[in-house]
Amino acid sequence: MKSLILFFILLTLWLLMSGHYSILIISLGIFSCAFCVFVAKRGKLIDDEGLPIFFIPRLLNYIIWLFKEILKSNLSTAKVIINGKVEPETFTVKASQVTDVAKVTYANSITLTPGTVTTKMQKDVFEVHALNSDFGNDVRTNEMDNKVTWLEGKK
Amino acid sequence: MELILDIFSGICFFIGSLSIIIGACGLIKLPDVFSRIHAAGMIDTGGTAFFILGMIFQTGWSLITVKLILIGVFIFFTSPVTSHVTANLARQKNILPLGKKIGKIL
Repeated sequence: MKSLILFFILLTLWLLMSGHYSILIISLGIFSCAFCVFVAKRGKLIDDEGLPIFFIPRLLNYIIWLFKEILKSNLSTAKVIINGKVEPETFTVKASQVTDVAKVTYANSITLTPGTVTTKMQKDVFEVHALNSDFGNDVRTNEMDNKVTWLEGKK
Repeated sequence: MELILDIFSGICFFIGSLSIIIGACGLIKLPDVFSRIHAAGMIDTGGTAFFILGMIFQTGWSLITVKLILIGVFIFFTSPVTSHVTANLARQKNILPLGKKIGKIL
């Protein structure tokens, strides 16, 4: 089932990227996608971590929210750089997600919003570096943590 | 119609280049490694996002739009990884960040 989904994702990508729709090119695409799925299946790569399809139903909602956050913190980072008032702080937060993919998504989301970077992680504790206390408070309120747990949908 | 799209893409290019210039200034101005990573992250997200948006306004609906969106998606997946690797390597070399530390850090 999952290999079928992977095959169709790869085939869609092939058709969108190539832009040539002759029979030869499409059959070459089908052949190479099938070969990739075969290799991935033999390497046991097709599981919840390699193909996290349980994200998909709520993904669009999350991405829109994340873009809003990125825009807001981009603006405040620009203000901090122009003002020159830097008071960096380092702290730890706990991630409440179950799967590893969701934890990585949470850490990546923290890093993607400018002003906060995850510098280290151990099991479910992240060490976060923030540019000043406003950015730090944004992470410490656990709003993003709750959003990613909701995106994961396992609780 | 053409004119409106041109104006929109011009605004996007302007905001994108502004955030890249501010990010580059921050890269030189900020005090230590960890603070500079924030400025680099600003170039990665704000700069590229607005530039790709401006290019999408220029191309209109075609296969090129899909490719531009894919470029954006890949940058958004890879840029936090590089930021994290830089920060993590600095921590492994026992470089402690400036400023206050709240609670016990790892």
